[in-house]
Amino acid sequence: MRIHPRYTQRGAVAVLGGATVLTLMILIFIIVFILEKGLPVINLKFLTSNPEDMGRAGGIFPTLIGTILLPVLAIIIATPLGIFTSVYLSEYTKENKATRIIRFGTDCLAGIPSIIFGLFGYIFFVITLGLGWSILSGGLTLAVMILPTIIRTSEEAIRAVPKSYREVSFSLGATSWQTVKKVILPNALPGIVTGIMLSVGRSIGETAAVIFTAGSSLRIPESLFDSTRTMAVHFYILAREGISAENAYGTAATLIIAVLMVNLSAYWLMNRFIAKRS
Amino acid sequence: MIKNSLLLSLTLITAGLMIWGCGKGKTSLTLAGSTAFQPFAETLADQYMSSHPDIAITVQGGGSAVGIQSANSGAAQIGMADLVVLPEEAKALTATIVAKDGIAVVVNPQNKVVNLSTDQVRDIFNGKITNWEEVGGNNVPITVVSREAGSGTRSSFEQIVGNINLKRDALIQDSNGTIRETVANDANSIGYLSHGLINEKIKALKVDNQECTTESIIAGNYKIVRPIYLLVKGSLQGEIKNFIDYILSDEGQKTIKADGLLPAK
Amino acid sequence: MKLIGEKGVKRILMLTAFSAISALLLIALFILSEGLPFIFNYGLTEFLFSSDWQPHLGKFGIYPMIVASLWVTLGAMIVGAPLGVAGALFLSEYVPKSVMNLIKPTIELLAAIPSVVYGFIGVMVLAPIIRENFGGPGLSLLSASIILGIMILPTVISISIDSILAVPQSYREGSYALGATTWQTIHMVIIKASKSGIIASIILGMGRAIGETMAVIMVAGNSVNIPHSPLDSVRTLTANIALEMSYATGLHRQALFATGVILFVVIIILNSIASVAIRKRMVKR
Repeated sequence: MRIHPRYTQRGAVAVLGGATVLTLMILIFIIVFILEKGLPVINLKFLTSNPEDMGRAGGIFPTLIGTILLPVLAIIIATPLGIFTSVYLSEYTKENKATRIIRFGTDCLAGIPSIIFGLFGYIFFVITLGLGWSILSGGLTLAVMILPTIIRTSEEAIRAVPKSYREVSFSLGATSWQTVKKVILPNALPGIVTGIMLSVGRSIGETAAVIFTAGSSLRIPESLFDSTRTMAVHFYILAREGISAENAYGTAATLIIAVLMVNLSAYWLMNRFIAKRS
Repeated sequence: MIKNSLLLSLTLITAGLMIWGCGKGKTSLTLAGSTAFQPFAETLADQYMSSHPDIAITVQGGGSAVGIQSANSGAAQIGMADLVVLPEEAKALTATIVAKDGIAVVVNPQNKVVNLSTDQVRDIFNGKITNWEEVGGNNVPITVVSREAGSGTRSSFEQIVGNINLKRDALIQDSNGTIRETVANDANSIGYLSHGLINEKIKALKVDNQECTTESIIAGNYKIVRPIYLLVKGSLQGEIKNFIDYILSDEGQKTIKADGLLPAK
Repeated sequence: MKLIGEKGVKRILMLTAFSAISALLLIALFILSEGLPFIFNYGLTEFLFSSDWQPHLGKFGIYPMIVASLWVTLGAMIVGAPLGVAGALFLSEYVPKSVMNLIKPTIELLAAIPSVVYGFIGVMVLAPIIRENFGGPGLSLLSASIILGIMILPTVISISIDSILAVPQSYREGSYALGATTWQTIHMVIIKASKSGIIASIILGMGRAIGETMAVIMVAGNSVNIPHSPLDSVRTLTANIALEMSYATGLHRQALFATGVILFVVIIILNSIASVAIRKRMVKR
């Protein structure tokens, strides 16, 4: 039975369009649900005061600190390691079996569930190394988690730099490092920064690995060895234990806004660099 | 230009972090373990810290098994465990009872049922009784909610009620608070949690016609009760001893009583 | 600035690269060294196919968890793949480019929402709906599949769109020139041409679904139970690790690492399939 193409076309628009609308509606619903209940809770006091009564009242200031410190620590450790590694792999080594294995390895590690890194971090950093539940344990675990992603995205960004750029640079007598510093890195920067920002976004939202390594202390941390609670962990605890629905929504709203801001800046930075280059 | 200033600020941040982070700050004390005692430990810690500003106390949860393990491994200085009988692993630790706690069998406030016998409780958790109708409720299947295997509340509950082989499709949640939330949201559910954590969102059942109240527990009528231990590796000394002494003091015990636990004595 | 010199720089880079790679290698080895001996001593078949998970009795059968993870991932695919691919097709072929350029980044931003938020909405919104309309505890395989399906939508849509847009415009023009409608062009030309990329996107989505922990712990119920219906409560491999890792010792702890090894293997397999699919896409062009 042949249906006239006009009707299959209309049918397709209906079905595909419907699916798209459904998808958008679901995703918008999620954001609206959280923001509607959470935005009214957020004000300067909420963001700058300490929690009272274990989070039933008061603000979320310590969790803001934790949410900033952990990803920052992770980035400080993972970024230089990651970028240097990808530079070395793509510019200083020849493409051979070893590099292919390394690339495959980092690809796989980038896909490992975060709970496994949490398990590793808990057993290795918290217990074996004796760091306890601390910012250090959490930051190191997160660093290890995002390192493969940073290596991978940096490498892709570096390889995307056209070969001709390198050839011109070498033909002008530049050394490898000069080429990297002045030609390759500036051109690969948008991609590299995007990878870093996405990793930051991921770290901010990470809960499983963080709860088991950084703990869940509500005090403002005073040293790297102190435990801390991130907003994601705080939201999880408030929501799950029914401590305060209101504060839970407020925390979730703050969390979503933070993550969205990080990702938006990533896009903005990337677009700016691309515009500057072209 | 931008790159240089970026690099500079990054170096400054790193240096700042290192300087700030390497100082160990105040003496710090970490407690970990029983989620039943956790809220009380947190309140007690807050009170203690307000009069002793030179010490920083952190409380983690995780369940009684985590309490025992972290006391042994040193991840925590004090482990909290709410168990009827301390297991092998805890034998080497110094144990101090700081409170007693009843375990309440809880259902959703909409549930008609008011009282269950110990046998009925056992059969429900074992999966022999599967419909609320069988115990005087509506014709709906019973959703059983329990804790993970490392929970002191669960071990104590199963030990006191006796002969419990938890049915396979019981929901598992990871803390007293989450069980409370689950039961509060599901009209057909039944769970158990610390008497100190009951609130208006759930209803505590009578067991063998005994209510789960402080008076009933003290009188020895309500049977599902267990002690709360604070476990320390080695002997009690220094800040650890001070904090535990505080919890055992009149002020500490008053806080414990105020929120629904029973005093140690 | 010839402070270090070319050779010095190379050495520093090499050192850093080696340290980073060794660190990652050590982690992989750590996990393997805790997990593999357990598998060999306990027995792979017993580990994978026994339904008896009772750590205090020394029984470590993860079969119910494997079944749960597989079903949850399959369910996520059933929810996420059709919606995602349909959405990607619509956005690339039917919608003006400017609109698509607005919607695609928005959807990608939604990939950044923390999983605990998805899980929370699952508990507060989805589980009650399932409980009241379909029965069961609400916290179930079905809720987990739906929530995970929604979570992988951005991944599937984004990568599929990339793949569809990569189909040369000449293919489309040729098809239109022959008088085909957009839909005919899609199902006769574009889907075939972007098939590998679309498959890769679904596989990457599957990878994310299988690795998800927090959302699943919140909505799946966590019973160690082989599900007989989507309304049953289940526990995935990841949830099992998370629920028990803080207090597991000795053999129990090793069993959890062994579960990690299994997940490792699954991810490697998924990744290999995805990279083959992506390479096929490259070759075709």
